[in-house]
Amino acid sequence: MAKSPRTRPRSIVLHVVVIAGAIAMFFPFLWTFITSITPGAGFSIAPQLWPENPSFEAYQTLFTERPFGRVVANSIGLALVTTLAQLFTSATAAYAFSRLPFRGRGVVFAVYLATMMIPLQVLIVPLFAELKAFGLLDTYLGALLPTFASAFGIFLLRQAVNQVPRELDEAAKLDGAGHFRVFTQIIIPNIRPALATLTVFAFMSSWNAFLWPLVVLRSPELQTLPIALAGLQGQYTTAWDVVMAGSIVSILPMLALYIFAQKYIIQGVASSGIK
Amino acid sequence: MVLPTVLRAPAAPPPRYAPLSRKKKRASAGYVLTVLAFLLPSAIPLTLFVLGPMVAAAWISFTEWNLITPMEFIGWENYRSLLADERTGQVFLHTIGYIAGYLPLVYIGGLALALALNQALKGRSFWRGIYFLPVVTSWIAVAIVWRWLLNPNNGVVNLALGWFGIDGPGWWTDPDWAMVSIILASSWKDLGFVMVILLAGLQTINPDLYDAAKVDGAGAWKRFFNVTLPMLSPSTFFVIVISLINGFQVFDQVYAMTGGGPGGSTQVVVQQIYDLTFRYGAAGEASALSWLLFIVILAVTVIQIIGQKRWVHYG
Repeated sequence: MAKSPRTRPRSIVLHVVVIAGAIAMFFPFLWTFITSITPGAGFSIAPQLWPENPSFEAYQTLFTERPFGRVVANSIGLALVTTLAQLFTSATAAYAFSRLPFRGRGVVFAVYLATMMIPLQVLIVPLFAELKAFGLLDTYLGALLPTFASAFGIFLLRQAVNQVPRELDEAAKLDGAGHFRVFTQIIIPNIRPALATLTVFAFMSSWNAFLWPLVVLRSPELQTLPIALAGLQGQYTTAWDVVMAGSIVSILPMLALYIFAQKYIIQGVASSGIK
Repeated sequence: MVLPTVLRAPAAPPPRYAPLSRKKKRASAGYVLTVLAFLLPSAIPLTLFVLGPMVAAAWISFTEWNLITPMEFIGWENYRSLLADERTGQVFLHTIGYIAGYLPLVYIGGLALALALNQALKGRSFWRGIYFLPVVTSWIAVAIVWRWLLNPNNGVVNLALGWFGIDGPGWWTDPDWAMVSIILASSWKDLGFVMVILLAGLQTINPDLYDAAKVDGAGAWKRFFNVTLPMLSPSTFFVIVISLINGFQVFDQVYAMTGGGPGGSTQVVVQQIYDLTFRYGAAGEASALSWLLFIVILAVTVIQIIGQKRWVHYG
């Protein structure tokens, strides 16, 4: 793009607008953090942009008076298991839909995709009854099982497996490799970027999941961050420093993940739009 | 952008005739086992925890059930009483009101951002990153943060309005403003998502089209309306379809910001499903309502897919 002098003022205006907008978008995060380090922020004390007596005592409250250490560990544990499970179930299904022809495969794949359309709300009551019958209410396993397979993940990985050249499979087969070896030694190494995208998405959606954990996890010591956060709000209705500290604890790991995995997240979102 | 699947012929199309002859079937027992080994890890959870419950929900919707005592089959009674109950219309109206505020805000905002961030700009990916940040945070955190920003007492928005001598409203504590608060928080969270989808769409537009339009003497506005918008229509279509699907299912932020209040002014469909199930012990009615919601979402989506021929340009 050649920069003629005529476009200069326009470019400056553009920069100013974009930067001002970005500051406005970021401000809620900043204000959340400032509130969390302003002791007693709330009904009587309004936080200042530059707090006079900043302190991390709200964070202390979270981890001593409330079981937030346990809650954070729960969130991390559930997100890790969900992510590993989804990587496994999606990769195997993707291989089947790409490399293992069988009668009715198209129909099965269509049914898989259709599960993406079903709103979670429709499933809540029967799922609740089902897990109650299995005796899995208020257990980690109960929270985990319904998250083990994801149609989105299967779709994403199938696209990736389809892009791996079949010549690679054939070469490995000539060397005597069966489907399991082709899968583990040819396909998996060749779809790493898609696996990374799915890892980030699965972790993120588990970390942020609300409705199902809310229904199934009732004991305080089993709860995940979003549930504990919603409960915190009920308990500390006026102690906004504590509530905001809880929000920061919930937001920060995602921001860190985002900084490291920005490329994969944006790719994942963008590719979901191109169909 | 090209989807490789489209280019590839489906592997081994099944024979058109004689599917009954068993001899033709090459599949050895070993191959069947291989297919099952790769398919069952996903098929079992999807069947047990999605497809099964989906069918069960249909059955439950014809029963009276409080989750504890045995179910009692009552036919269409749940649907009949839902349709007769004026609250059903209200919760759908509230949900539609949410969508009507949220969708234009998030689309126009996301489009403006995508256009701005598609220009030559210093630190462009950094700014895109900032706008995208709220997308990765949880709805609950967003709702709680906005409850504080929009707090009538010492909330920063009303403090800022105060500097201009404006007496800010009660936001989520005021029945007239509660839905507005939820819409603002939701739009802030989703703006970056819409921006990324539309940016991906903008980047697929052939620059020659703009050059051709310039040669024809089209000004910036004309190029926007005659080139950008039509060429962006597949992305716009996707944003609208997804936003409507998600919009009808709006729950997390409502639950955490207002819980449906004040005075039921933000009671949306899913909040009603939740309350019916876990507060009023009317799981049958809740299942019926969730099926009504599903049918509405399905109808809205199908109508859009049919209607897209009129305005979506592929190619």
